[in-house]
Amino acid sequence: MAAKPDNEKYKLFTRRAGLISGGMLVLSSAIIGRMYFLQVVSQSQYKLLADRNRISLRLLAPQRGNILDRNGHELAINRTDYRVNIIPEQTEDVEKTLEALSLILPIQEWQKRRILSAVKKQRAFLPVTVAENLDWETFARLNVNMPDLPGVIPDMGITRYYPEKDTLAHIVGYVSSVNEQEIGEDPLLELPGFKIGKNGMERILDQRLRGKAGNSKVEVNVMGRAIRELSRNDSVPGDTLNLTIDRDIQNFTADFIRDESAAVVVMDVHTGDVLALVSTPSFDPNDFNLGISQKKYDALLHDARHPLTNKTIQGEYPPGSTIKMLIALGALEAGVINEDEKIFCNSKYHIGDTIKYCWKREGHGHVNMVEAIAGSCDVYFYEVARRLGIDRIHKIFDRFGLGNKFDINIPGEKSGLNPSKGWKMATRGVGWQGGDTLNVGIGQGDVLVTPLQLCVMTSRLVNGGKAVLPKILLSETNETEDKIEKMPYTSRHIDVVLKGMEAVINKPFGVAYAQRMRQNDMSFGGKTGSAQVRRISKTERDDGVRKNEEKPWRERDHALFVGYGPLENPRYAVSVIVEHGGGGSKKAAPIAKNVLEYMFSREMKIEPPIDASDNLGEG
Amino acid sequence: MLTSRLQGMRRSKSLFQKLYDLNLFIVAVVFIIAMIGFALLYSVSGGNVDPWAKKQVIRFVIGMAGMVFIALVDIRVWMFLAYPFYFLSLILLIFVSITGHTGMGATRWINLGFMNLQPSELMKIALILALARYYHCLDKEDVRRYKSLLKPVFLIAAPAILVLLQPDLGTSLLIVLGGVSILFCGGVRRWIFVVGFIAMIPTAFGAWNFMKPYQQNRVLTFLNPERDPLGAGYHSIQAKIAIGSGGLYGKGFIQGSQSQLNFLPEKHTDFIFTVLAEEFGLIGGMGLIGLYIILLAYAIIISMSVKSQFGRLLTLGMAVTFFLYMFINIAMNLGMLPVVGVPLPLVSYGGSAMLTLLIGIGFVLCAAIHRDTAISRGGAFA
Repeated sequence: MAAKPDNEKYKLFTRRAGLISGGMLVLSSAIIGRMYFLQVVSQSQYKLLADRNRISLRLLAPQRGNILDRNGHELAINRTDYRVNIIPEQTEDVEKTLEALSLILPIQEWQKRRILSAVKKQRAFLPVTVAENLDWETFARLNVNMPDLPGVIPDMGITRYYPEKDTLAHIVGYVSSVNEQEIGEDPLLELPGFKIGKNGMERILDQRLRGKAGNSKVEVNVMGRAIRELSRNDSVPGDTLNLTIDRDIQNFTADFIRDESAAVVVMDVHTGDVLALVSTPSFDPNDFNLGISQKKYDALLHDARHPLTNKTIQGEYPPGSTIKMLIALGALEAGVINEDEKIFCNSKYHIGDTIKYCWKREGHGHVNMVEAIAGSCDVYFYEVARRLGIDRIHKIFDRFGLGNKFDINIPGEKSGLNPSKGWKMATRGVGWQGGDTLNVGIGQGDVLVTPLQLCVMTSRLVNGGKAVLPKILLSETNETEDKIEKMPYTSRHIDVVLKGMEAVINKPFGVAYAQRMRQNDMSFGGKTGSAQVRRISKTERDDGVRKNEEKPWRERDHALFVGYGPLENPRYAVSVIVEHGGGGSKKAAPIAKNVLEYMFSREMKIEPPIDASDNLGEG
Repeated sequence: MLTSRLQGMRRSKSLFQKLYDLNLFIVAVVFIIAMIGFALLYSVSGGNVDPWAKKQVIRFVIGMAGMVFIALVDIRVWMFLAYPFYFLSLILLIFVSITGHTGMGATRWINLGFMNLQPSELMKIALILALARYYHCLDKEDVRRYKSLLKPVFLIAAPAILVLLQPDLGTSLLIVLGGVSILFCGGVRRWIFVVGFIAMIPTAFGAWNFMKPYQQNRVLTFLNPERDPLGAGYHSIQAKIAIGSGGLYGKGFIQGSQSQLNFLPEKHTDFIFTVLAEEFGLIGGMGLIGLYIILLAYAIIISMSVKSQFGRLLTLGMAVTFFLYMFINIAMNLGMLPVVGVPLPLVSYGGSAMLTLLIGIGFVLCAAIHRDTAISRGGAFA
């Protein structure tokens, strides 16, 4: 064995192996240094990144507050409903599955588009709602067919439900999905399937009804699927709203005027509580919850009778004769007439070169104030209005709420129009004419009111001149009643006007004598009105004014009525308008009468009398 | 003739004596490292022996048997088989290049039924055996001749190019560096390595053109992981987050959010070190590195105490290969190297690498047992 060269090789090997070992040590140190940097120096930074990876804050939707009537009846609630969801990741082909599903429940084309776009936007393991509010039979059939429909998940969820359907639609409104412009500060709005108020109180009191979102911290895996909950803050449900509305009065009224294009307001004259606020025709707010079809929506939008409009606060109408009490009261207060002064009506009233006519072609003869109100004599009120002048008319109109907005918690409230000299100059650029005053004096011309304003006016007349304000939300305490401002009108003067209103219904010379209540212990008073939709021209008048029944619907007069009851210690005020209904005594007064009769009989716990009155008289 | 040779072997040491000489310290360290691997595989499957930990234990047991067998066989037998073993590996490598199992976009495996064999893994061992034998047979003057560089360069280049074509940059690098370490310790002139290193630079540019787009992507992403945080840079970024958030003591066994919630890709194979660092922190990571260093230090000490040049080079080659596995893998986990498919020795899930490394350690143990066996320069039994 050659020992020497091996020895040299051995030395060389040892030297170089040592070098390699040194290299290994250097590289190992580099690794450890790097680990120290990552795990000790930068630990907090990476810990944050790891938590951001794993922790996801999920919002918990609060339960929306219920809306109840004054007696606790449910007007808007959250209802458990049967629905069907689809989980995209569990189906092979969403479109094919929907097709198979449509054999069990019909899926419209527009619904299909909505589902498919939701499927594209969301993560594949999140459910997309296919249909809500399924009936039990469909839901059962779905469950039976589950094995053949992978990814289709029958589910129970919560939806907003309006048990009264169309009768309260204008007050309560409806909720619907959030659109992109509405997404703002509240992250709740970005929650899939979250709905917010789009109309009515649901919209205007949305913040109170919505409640506060809770949240749940969940640990998620890389796919975003929740693994476990780390912590939870429960959501705070929204406030329950108690309305002043009496569901039964509302429903009775709505049913009574179902076939008309009409509005009725019923108020408690002392508290201002709005007991009924009905506008017809209406719509079913439940249709809007899941998204209404375009066709159905277009039909509502283009209906000549405007079902989407809340006529009680959005409809602006000439009040016609219903404001004659204010002219009378204003004149008594101003001392321009006393209640016994008689004015002769031969149906014509001359002002300058023009002639104004009374509705009664044969004239009223000599009438005092009570008779003038009862017979709705236009000539009498031309004269009184002329004496009173527009400034004082404007003032008393304003005092009684005409032209006012009451900020009642329903969106879209209109102010109407209480004309004045200044207003005419500003808008028309011409001065006020004497004829203008006469027109206003019989509720025609420029003056426009809403049914709510008429009801407020009536309340303030019959409650002894207290400036009561309409309320739609029930207050917890009744303290406000005593604090209501009393307006500076002599009660004797008010009594004269009320006597006139009583006579309208209850005296043979009253225009709505046929509508008197024949039941013992029931009584009401009021004032009819009819508002011309279009001016009657000279030639028409010469040819003889056509009767309303002969005109096309759109050209017929609006029928109005304001009323109160009972006559002794009045408690309720009612205002009625029937669009293009013709005469107030024929069309509008019976509605008020029936509503009041219903309310009285309910209080007396008797059956309401069957309406036997005939349509007689003019307004 | 064969029997007389075997009798000659027996004369040197009895089987009992060899077993007695088996370095139990190395076996113990290997065992502990493998145990850490089982625990991590148990953890990444959410506290379950399936699908990885159980299989890995079985492979380890088979590998251990192979390791002990290799250790006990006379070192001269291995020297005799060095070239045949090399050429067998080369043929298999060519075979998979033509027809083989396609996985992860690369052709690397032969299906043996119970496991997928990667010839490139075998080649790492075979190349070291062949080069050790080659340098054993050269005297000091021969080593210094340039002519004698031809054969070893061919031995290294042939498999390296074949593996690069697969394409498997990581393994190719391991093969070249493992082979070069033997040339270095075998006594090749120093300036050759300097020149070789400089020559690497244009070669690297050449290699760039050879790389598949996904490999080029990996390199680019390594240079700037934030370039594509949801795509190619995702591995690297998520691994760093996992390691960094582990801190000094870690998040606890089966508590690593990054690995348990699947933010970490390839967590049972190439990125298992990240799981260790996340769940056991810096302490855990350094503990494993410490075990590796102990194992390597022991192997290098053995290499210096072996009488035959074959035994020395063999042991050192195995140690260098083992170290390269460890370094490349951990450096890649730490975002210091681009993502290449190199497993963490004895820990990552996978049969071929486990087998290769245990066989390698088997040769180290074999050299230790036969440290006093003199082998003539002429060849195995000459």
